[in-house]
Amino acid sequence: MSTQTITMETGNAHRAVLPVGDRPPRAGALSASIAFGWRALLKIKHVPLQLFDVIVHPVVFTLLFTFLFGGAVAGSTGRYLQYVVPGILAMTLLVTTGYIGSALSIDISKGVFDRFRSMPVWRPSVLVGAVLGDLVRYAIAAAGVVLFGLALGFRPEGGPVGVLAGVLLALVFSFSLAWLWTLLGLVMRASNAVLGVTQAVLYPLAFFSNIFAIPASLPGWLRAFVDVNPVTHLVTAVRGLMAGTATAGQVGWVLLASAALTLVFAPLAMRRFSRL
Amino acid sequence: MDLDSRPAIEADGLVKTFGATRAVDGVDLAVPAGSVYGFLGPNGAGKTTTIRMLATLLRPDAGTARVFGHEIVGEADAVRARVSLTGQFASVDEDLTGLENLVLLARLLGHSRAGARTRAAELLEAFDLTGTAGRVVKKYSGGMRRRLDIAASIIVTPELLFLDEPTTGLDPRNRNQVWEIIRQIVAGGTTVLLTTQYLDEADQLADRIAVIDHGKVIAEGTSAQLKASVGAGALHLRLRDAGDLPAAERVLARVLRVPVQRGTDPAALGARVPSTGEADGTSELVAHALAELSRSGIAVTDFALGQPRLEEVFLALTGRPATADAVSNHDTTKENAA
Repeated sequence: MSTQTITMETGNAHRAVLPVGDRPPRAGALSASIAFGWRALLKIKHVPLQLFDVIVHPVVFTLLFTFLFGGAVAGSTGRYLQYVVPGILAMTLLVTTGYIGSALSIDISKGVFDRFRSMPVWRPSVLVGAVLGDLVRYAIAAAGVVLFGLALGFRPEGGPVGVLAGVLLALVFSFSLAWLWTLLGLVMRASNAVLGVTQAVLYPLAFFSNIFAIPASLPGWLRAFVDVNPVTHLVTAVRGLMAGTATAGQVGWVLLASAALTLVFAPLAMRRFSRL
Repeated sequence: MDLDSRPAIEADGLVKTFGATRAVDGVDLAVPAGSVYGFLGPNGAGKTTTIRMLATLLRPDAGTARVFGHEIVGEADAVRARVSLTGQFASVDEDLTGLENLVLLARLLGHSRAGARTRAAELLEAFDLTGTAGRVVKKYSGGMRRRLDIAASIIVTPELLFLDEPTTGLDPRNRNQVWEIIRQIVAGGTTVLLTTQYLDEADQLADRIAVIDHGKVIAEGTSAQLKASVGAGALHLRLRDAGDLPAAERVLARVLRVPVQRGTDPAALGARVPSTGEADGTSELVAHALAELSRSGIAVTDFALGQPRLEEVFLALTGRPATADAVSNHDTTKENAA
């Protein structure tokens, strides 16, 4: 340390380290977004414990609902497991999307965001990168749910292709919904408030859907809500894909909803971010 | 690098309001290219807000500014391509390692994957950070963090570097290191806008200094000009017997012909020494004052002649103190004078 310090104080090191020649051409929107996605992955790599939630959450819900209520709802825990695993996959991903808003509002308050925003890069690449990086988190969560389900006896009729298609559809929807929370994180700024709002929206939507309950068994007023709940549509399509019975209408509804969420909230979030 | 003679910064009547507070209240600046410009003021004076506007992070509510001829709002991208920012709170990612920070930023600045790694390694080596390259920045010391922060600002050579209080919170050794780094960067042709709370720092580094208070530039000039306006130095002394204080005050006021300040220490006194215009005039005046104290039978245990402190510059420039805790001192002075 002390010898190196002498080098610094005699000073030649910094003079030499100023780059020679022209600066490289500006990074494009895509490579900047990928760089920010890499940043998100590095954060997961340095603090893998942040994945604790997304792994433990589905395990707890699967065990709780299958063995506590499964027999009563579907006649046997085995039959209920076939019903509930695709739903818990969707729920886990939905709840996970909620974290991006609060994470972003914390991130923005840090000095490094000032540096990013003072650099000549396409500004929304920060957001695109964050959302792309989060996809990896969702994928890990999805793999956790499916593997745990399989271990307990989940045997989907759709086979590996059906399961993969179901997971992909849920990932597409989550990626799209993440833009809503991203916008919320940019608007609200107080990270606790952002998390509070996302949870207050997501949990009721998850519980009053067909994730755990069988809609036919519900009272009429509740059933009316469950039937229009977007989560119900998502879960129906994912369940259908995994069981090999999905219709084009079911999958199409989710893809359209995803496109609509992205088209509305991604530009709003990007615009808001550019004007911070 | 721009070789034409456009000024690095021209600001005209910049205003930024937060709620009822006018954080920046009509700041004009002219910073010549290739110079180090010091922006001196206490906490909350508007230094950081001004820098954030010039670095395109905040939109001014009124006024305009150009960086190398590019308008900061309308041509923000052109401005961003020419500046680098080292913030008051380290502008590096605390959750990543030093190496990862530099590689990420180099990628964002357009370096290839391999180019980014090479550049990062060069910088880590030059800034004495190679040994800690793999450690997350959260675990860095204050000095290491500053060095990484500055390294991140010269991945590509900026034409204009904003350094927001680069040495606040550093010990003297680290401060000297950072000063040396800044000198090297300036020698490479980069213009530097430096904010600081320390007159000493502005004095060491800056070609010109603007003093800012309550969002307004209240004085501007070279370090020598500023100090001449404040007085040649400040005399601080401690008496053996606190009971002699009123007598000592009278003697100093008579000899130096300036207001005398009491410190928190009941036996301590301070006074700005007026500039006499002659090279050794200051020390003669001080020697005379000490002789007069001794002739009056007042024993001095300790005395120091130093540069004016920032508070003293402020007192001289504004007629009132710069910081809240200086207010009580100032009030005491007034009472004594009365």
